[in-house]
Amino acid sequence: MSSEDQNSQEILDFASQVGASGPVTVVGGRTQWQVGGLPDPGAREVVAPSGVWSHQPEEMTVRCGAGTTLKELSEQLAKHGQMVPLDMDPTATVGGVLAVGRSGIRRLKYGHVRDLVLQIRHVDHEGKVVTSGGPTVKNVSGYDLCRLLVGSLGKFGCMAEVILRCLPVPQTTRWLSGPADPFEVYSKLYRPSSILWNGEQVWVCVEGVSSDVDAEAGLLDLEEVEGPPDLPTGRRVAVEPKSLKDLVPDGRSWVAEIGVGIVHTNDADTGWRVPEPNYSLMLDLEHRLDPTGRLNPGRQVVEA
Amino acid sequence: MQISTDTKLFDDLSAVLGSRARSGDFELGLYGKDGSVLEGQPAIVCLPVDTEEVRQVVRICHDHGRPFLARGSGTGLAGGAVPVGDPVIIATAKMNKILDVDLDNRVAWVEPGVLNLDLSKELSPLGFHFAPDPSSQQVCSIGGNVANNSGGPHCLAYGVTSAHVVAIEVVLPDGSVTVLGDLTAEPHGYDLRGIFVGSEGTMGVATKVAVRLTPNPPSVRTLLLDFADVRDGAATVSAIIAAGLIPAALEMMDKRAIEIVEAFVNAGYPTEADAVLLVELDGLPGGVEHGVEVIREVAARHEVGNIRVAVDNEERELLWKGRKNAFGAVARIKPDYYLHDTVVPRGKLVEVLEKVYNIADAYDLIAVNVFHAGDGNLHPILAYDSNEQGVMERVHAAGRAIVTASIEAGGVLSGEHGIGLEKRDYMGMLFSSHDMATQDLIREAFDPQGLANPLKVLPSGSRCSDSFRQHVPEGAWV
Ligand SMILES: Cc1cc2nc3c(=O)[nH]c(=O)nc-3n(C[C@H](O)[C@H](O)[C@H](O)COP(=O)(O)OP(=O)(O)OC[C@H]3O[C@@H](n4cnc5c(N)ncnc54)[C@H](O)[C@@H]3O)c2cc1C
Repeated sequence: MSSEDQNSQEILDFASQVGASGPVTVVGGRTQWQVGGLPDPGAREVVAPSGVWSHQPEEMTVRCGAGTTLKELSEQLAKHGQMVPLDMDPTATVGGVLAVGRSGIRRLKYGHVRDLVLQIRHVDHEGKVVTSGGPTVKNVSGYDLCRLLVGSLGKFGCMAEVILRCLPVPQTTRWLSGPADPFEVYSKLYRPSSILWNGEQVWVCVEGVSSDVDAEAGLLDLEEVEGPPDLPTGRRVAVEPKSLKDLVPDGRSWVAEIGVGIVHTNDADTGWRVPEPNYSLMLDLEHRLDPTGRLNPGRQVVEA
Repeated sequence: MQISTDTKLFDDLSAVLGSRARSGDFELGLYGKDGSVLEGQPAIVCLPVDTEEVRQVVRICHDHGRPFLARGSGTGLAGGAVPVGDPVIIATAKMNKILDVDLDNRVAWVEPGVLNLDLSKELSPLGFHFAPDPSSQQVCSIGGNVANNSGGPHCLAYGVTSAHVVAIEVVLPDGSVTVLGDLTAEPHGYDLRGIFVGSEGTMGVATKVAVRLTPNPPSVRTLLLDFADVRDGAATVSAIIAAGLIPAALEMMDKRAIEIVEAFVNAGYPTEADAVLLVELDGLPGGVEHGVEVIREVAARHEVGNIRVAVDNEERELLWKGRKNAFGAVARIKPDYYLHDTVVPRGKLVEVLEKVYNIADAYDLIAVNVFHAGDGNLHPILAYDSNEQGVMERVHAAGRAIVTASIEAGGVLSGEHGIGLEKRDYMGMLFSSHDMATQDLIREAFDPQGLANPLKVLPSGSRCSDSFRQHVPEGAWV
C-alpha cells in the first residue's frame, strides 16, 4: 500500500469509528477541553488519525492527521526551517486547535488560524467523509466549508485530515519588555508579531532579519526578555481593538493583546458586552449539518 | 416570461425606487454580460442607494418568489453576474461611499459599490491600503471582491480577500438584514462571515463591508528577471519559496506575453527572453535587501539572464504597468480572448504550462501566459477571433482540457475568479457528490428558496428542492 493509500485507510477507519449513530465526541490533547462546555458524559470518545503525512517545503504546505500534536508538527516542519504559527500548548492537536478556533499570541502578525487552513477532510453526522477547500495555497473552488469548521467545536463534523499553509521560521525572534504606552509602541512599529500589555508593562515581539529586528527594537526603550508573560487563564474576551484604550490598571490581573483586542483575565465578568451574532441562522446550520445533534453533544458554540 | 407578474413586480419595485427601477431595452442591454464570454437575459434592473432600499427590493423579490442577482462592476470572469433564471438585477453602482475610516481599529466600513483602487487611494495619505489588488482593481467593486474572494499579485504575502474582511452587513434572501462577523478578533458563534466571502452572491447581498487596513510598507523593491528558458523561470519560483522567502508578489510572463506587452507599453521588457519574473519585496529595509540577495543567488543557480532592479518609483510603476496591461495588450494579436484561472502546485508549473501550449496548438488557438506564479495560479489566455467559424467550440474544449490538466497535476478549479456559471459543471472533477451536497446544505440555510443568484456555483441536482436549477436557459453557455 502506498503511504497515501494508507492515510486514506486511516481516514476511513476513523469514519467508521465515528459511525452513523449515537453521540460521539472527538478527543484531542484535552488542552482546551472546557471551551464551550463539556461533552455529554454518554458520548463515545473517538480519536482522529495522527502523523505528519506529507510536508512539501517548496510548496509551503503540510498534510497531517487532525490528531497530530503541535509538537510533532513543529518538529517536522523545523527540519526545513518552516512553521505553522498556531502558538498553542505543544500537546494540543491540530484538529483540536482548529475546532476551538482560538489564535495564539502572535495573531497580530500571522492572523487568524483559519487563514492557515487550505483543506479539511471531516467525517460528517452520517459517518461519511467530506472534503472541502483544496490542496493548493490559493483556491476559490466552491463554498469554503473549512471556514465554518474552524471554531465549530466539532459540531459540524469530526476533522480527520488537514492541509495547512506553512511559513518560514523568522531569522530572529526577540521579546522586549518594560513600562511604555502600548498604543504608541504599536504606532511606531511596522507589523510587529505581538504587543501585550497588563496596564503597567508591555511585552513586544519583533521578528524578521536581525538588522530589522535591531532597528525596530532601537525605536523602543525596552529591555530584552526571554519571552511573553504567563497569561491569566480564567477568561478570554475579544473586544474591538480600540476598546483596549479604556482599560485602566486596576491591580487586577489581565493581559491584553494590543491591535488584536483579546484580553486574558482571571475576572469572572469583565463587564464587556460583545455583539450578538445571528444565532437563528447558526442554529439552522447546526440542525442541517447534524440533524440529530450527535456530534459533540453538550458543547455549545451558539449560546442561545 | 410571465408578462403579467412582471408588470406587478416592476410596479412594486418602482414604488420603492422610482426611476431607479428600470426595464428599458437599452439599459437591460448593459446587464446581460460580465467579463466572461457568457451571456444571459436581464428583465429588470434596480439601482438602490442604501441598505434599506436593497432590503425592500429583496423583500419584494421574495414575496414574488422571484430570484435576484447582486451585481458590482460586472468584471467577474466566471459568469457570476450573468443573469440566468430570470433574476431581478440589484446593481450596487450607486452604493459607493466610504462610510467610516476607523484608524484606531484599523478598519474601514465601505459600501459594496466602492471601487477597489478608489479605496486604497483614499487610504494612502493615512499610510494604509486595502491589500487585495486584483488586476482589475481600477474598476472592480469591493462587493464583487467579497463575493468572489478575489486575489491579486500582492495576495501572495498578504492573503486573499477573506483575510481582509472582518464583518459584512448582508441582506439575506428573505429580506432580513444581518451582520456577519464583527470588529472583534473572535466573534461569537460560527464564522458566517467566512462562508459568505466567496459565495458569489448566492447567500444574499452585501450592503456594507468592514475591511482591514494594511499599513503601507516602509520599503519596496521591484525586480525583473529574464530567462532564456521558461523552465528555469518556473524552477526559480519554487526555489525562491523553498529558500524561505515569501515575496509580496511573484509574477511570471511567457515569451508571447512579453512580446505583446512590450509592443503595447514599452516597459523595457527583454523581448528576446523566453520568460520573465516580476518580483516585488516589501517590508522593513533589512528584510527587503536580504530578499534581493536571496533572489540573486537562487536565480543565478537557475541560469537567469539579466536582473533589473527598479531604481525608483517611476521605474517600478513602469514594470508593473506591463504586467497590469497584459490583458489589454492581447487585443493586439486577436480581437477576443478567454482568460482561464486554475491553480497547480508550484512544482508542477512547468509541466502544466507545457500542456497548456500543447492544448492550444491542438485546438489551433494562441496561448499567452501571464500569471501569479508565486502561488501556482495559472492564467492562460486563449486569444481568438470570434468571427471565425466554430471557434467558440474550440475555445471551450481547450478550456476544459486546461482545467483537466490542472486537476490531474493536483490542482484546483479556480484560484480567484470563482466558479459562477463557467465552472459549475466542473465541480465534480474536484468534489464528490456528497461533498457538493454538503456545500448545498449550507447555501440552503442562507437561501431556502434558492432565490439568490440561482444556477451558479453548484451543478444542478446538488439539491433536490431547487426548481430554478433544473434548466439552463437558452443563450447561456455553461
Ligand atoms: C482584466 C481583468 C483582470 C482581472 N484580474 C483579477 C485578479 O487579478 N484577481 C481576481 O481575483 N480577479 C480578477 N478579475 C476578476 C474580477 O475583476 C473580480 O472577480 C472582481 O472581484 C469582480 O468584481 P465586480 O465588482 O466586477 O463583480 P461582478 O462581476 O459584478 O460580480 C461578481 C460576483 O459577485 C457577486 N456580487 C457582486 N456584488 C455583490 C454584493 N454586493 N453582494 C453579494 N454578491 C455580490 C455577483 O453576484 C457575482 O456573482 C479580473 C477581471 C478582469 C476583467
